[in-house]
Amino acid sequence: MAVQVRPAFEAILEQCSELAEDVTYPSVKRWREDHPGGHAVGHFQVYFPEELIHAAGMLPVTLMGAGSRLEAKQADSHIGSFICSICRTSLELGFSGRVGFLDAFYTTPICDVARNLAGIWGRNFKGMTAEILYLPQNANAKQAVPYLRDEYARVLAELERISGRPIEEADLRRSIGVYNENRRLLRELYRYKRETPWLLSTTEAYVLAKVGTVMPREVHNEILRSALAEIPNREARRQDRVRVVFEGGFCEQPPLDMLQLIEEACYIVDDDLLIGMRWITDDVPETGDPLYALAESYFERSTYSCVQHDDRKPKEEMLLRRVEESGAQAVILAAAKMCEPGLDEQVAYQKTLEAKQIPFLLLDFEEKMTAFERMRMEVETFVESILFD
Amino acid sequence: MPEMSVTQAPAPQKEGELVGRGRRDGNRLFKEWYAELDAAAESGDPSAYVFVMGSAAEVLKAFDLNLVFPEINSLQMAVRKVSLEYLNKAEDYGYSTDVCGYVKADVGMHLDGRKHPNGRIPKPSIVVATNMCNTYVKWVEIWQRMYGCKVFVLDIPGQRGIGWSTEPGSEQFENDRRYVQSQLEELIEACVAVTGKPFKIERLQENLAHVNRMAADWSAVLKLNQNIPAPFNAMADGLTYMGVLSAYRGTETGARYMAELREEMEHKVRLGLGTIAEERFRLHGVGPACYSYFRRFLELFQDWGAVYVNSEYLAYAGGGLDLGIQFDVERPLESLAEQLLITGRRSMSNMFFSQDQLADTVRDWKSDGIVYHSVKSCRTVSTGMADSREYLTRIKDVPALFVESDLVDPRLWSEAQFKNRIDAFFEALGARKAAALVAAKG
Ligand code: SF4
Ligand code: SF4
Repeated sequence: MAVQVRPAFEAILEQCSELAEDVTYPSVKRWREDHPGGHAVGHFQVYFPEELIHAAGMLPVTLMGAGSRLEAKQADSHIGSFICSICRTSLELGFSGRVGFLDAFYTTPICDVARNLAGIWGRNFKGMTAEILYLPQNANAKQAVPYLRDEYARVLAELERISGRPIEEADLRRSIGVYNENRRLLRELYRYKRETPWLLSTTEAYVLAKVGTVMPREVHNEILRSALAEIPNREARRQDRVRVVFEGGFCEQPPLDMLQLIEEACYIVDDDLLIGMRWITDDVPETGDPLYALAESYFERSTYSCVQHDDRKPKEEMLLRRVEESGAQAVILAAAKMCEPGLDEQVAYQKTLEAKQIPFLLLDFEEKMTAFERMRMEVETFVESILFD
Repeated sequence: MPEMSVTQAPAPQKEGELVGRGRRDGNRLFKEWYAELDAAAESGDPSAYVFVMGSAAEVLKAFDLNLVFPEINSLQMAVRKVSLEYLNKAEDYGYSTDVCGYVKADVGMHLDGRKHPNGRIPKPSIVVATNMCNTYVKWVEIWQRMYGCKVFVLDIPGQRGIGWSTEPGSEQFENDRRYVQSQLEELIEACVAVTGKPFKIERLQENLAHVNRMAADWSAVLKLNQNIPAPFNAMADGLTYMGVLSAYRGTETGARYMAELREEMEHKVRLGLGTIAEERFRLHGVGPACYSYFRRFLELFQDWGAVYVNSEYLAYAGGGLDLGIQFDVERPLESLAEQLLITGRRSMSNMFFSQDQLADTVRDWKSDGIVYHSVKSCRTVSTGMADSREYLTRIKDVPALFVESDLVDPRLWSEAQFKNRIDAFFEALGARKAAALVAAKG
């Protein structure tokens, strides 16, 4: 991997930002050049057990749209007009040939739109596996874990076919180890955000995390380690700012400018950005059947999202816990336009926060938005109302 | 729901009575069903909220649970031209204009004390959501918060990709079946807990047997529409038939209704009776109608002499009965799991991977073209429509029209735009038919 890890935090950040936001995927292309005969597998948001792809010696790539960096010219004629932007621009990545390096594309049943992607992808991009990874929708079924375990085995067999090599249990365990380390490092990153938000902004943490979606996790781990080592040395003074939780950017990601403008007015001490990378909240066991361990972790050691129903994880209670644990005073709720699950959930969050008298602000966003003046005013007014209440 | 005696009357002999009986009886049964829900709202008898795609009625009716179909409630609000009031209530409460209108119309009704234009609706004791629409799962969470009712997600794993299929007996199929069956066992436990009644396997077997009869006749009714002229309009009459099919699934009344409907349709075919004076065009519908302007929606097609001879809606919203499924009542749970899997999977495939099957249906029902009606509310059926249309016109040379509005939100209906598109489509279709005729003669 050609990423130069220079010591200064800003230098790392700059590199990550370039790689994470570039919709021509330079890091993936470089990886393919460095690995002749290698394979890349794309998956749509939110969660995918990348360990399976990694263990096959392939490169996992998360497809999460393209924000305002790509116009959905061709995709628009293939998809209804009431569909979220992330799906449009993800399809445009395919139609424009930008992700032609993929050997397979997986989506999951997170919502009605994402499920449809497998059909559209398969009808249009031939010669590439286009499938749904079936994450069970009855999280409370006794058979959910074994069922998912077998589904992982099914996908693994397809990955073996594509890569042309068998994947051993030892490979999977090694990959689980790499990803456990990655999750630990991301937790550490979030600890900084929570405990000393003046040392690490959300925009910075976001970019540092996101770059992992387009490179091997070993390299990402190195980047995170270097960045984490630099954070305590940063010169930044604590300011008297409102601490907020930012909730709702689970699938379609908000533009960086939007995060920045929020941060100009307050500290975002926790969020659900790129939640799939942090879906599993604890180490996946590196002993026993690795597929079972991954499947079990998906249900039993995981956070929450509006795209999963699990009676054990009432989402509004989970949000309250997030607020409490991060010591936030307020919440910014931001669902993506046209996103059924996000918009449905937003109402429940809103009612709960009202009942608990926790101040909140509702923001409407789209990954491709570029004008933020109105939003800036809304955020500033909100923060002032808390400060001077 | 107790059985009704009304349909036990001997079959009418006179032609005037036979033609249109399905619609008349359907409307009557529908009213009776709402009257029973109204009574249940009063008495507090336990009720189950379920969805048209995969209602698990066979199990729930074994516990005498009243079945409430929130989708049908919302649809009815639109047909009765009151959906906007309810949508406004839900939007004032906080639901976005981008949220499914079925969900919002229902929320509005709950906020209004469950007063539906067709009668009062009982509270849910248990709700069963299949995964066939993900929005179902979001919808049930709303009632869970409102009423603290038991929520059961019945997960029927679907097709994974184009060309992917599993045959009964294969390892994958057996794995899927075991997963579905174990959920059914858990659903039964939940019903026992909610109703306080024991589970009687004979009741389930009876219900399955009723469904067997209903499915065989329904499948035959659908096939009768391959005749020219088609004896019924799949969008207009189909809606009434589907209402009975959902509400009376697993009952003697439902099975008898379907047998009588079949008799009526066979009779019409024998006499060569269609639904309009001259059937000029045969259409296949993809997506539901615009129920807020239902009559106008239908007229815009009828004015051109067009009849919907089939509709995807009849397949996916019919909970798989279009396949004519037959349960093996001797091994009820296993067979139910198997059939739920086969039919549920097919319904989902019809929405997500429909292209080849759609082309076959168009051929078998001798349709002249497909009408894709993309509705904002329903991303489940609408997301892939534009692509499916592009594929079918390009690869299979099937003429297709693409129009957009909504099922229940009258604000999204633009008649002028609709009409322009429809007119242009039929002009082109007419020219195509004429050219084909000339070619055939020449
Ligand atoms: S943004 Fe919402 S609707 Fe769009 S793919 Fe993600 S979860 Fe689905
Ligand atoms: S999204 Fe479609 S299938 Fe789902 S509840 Fe809404 S209208 Fe029904």
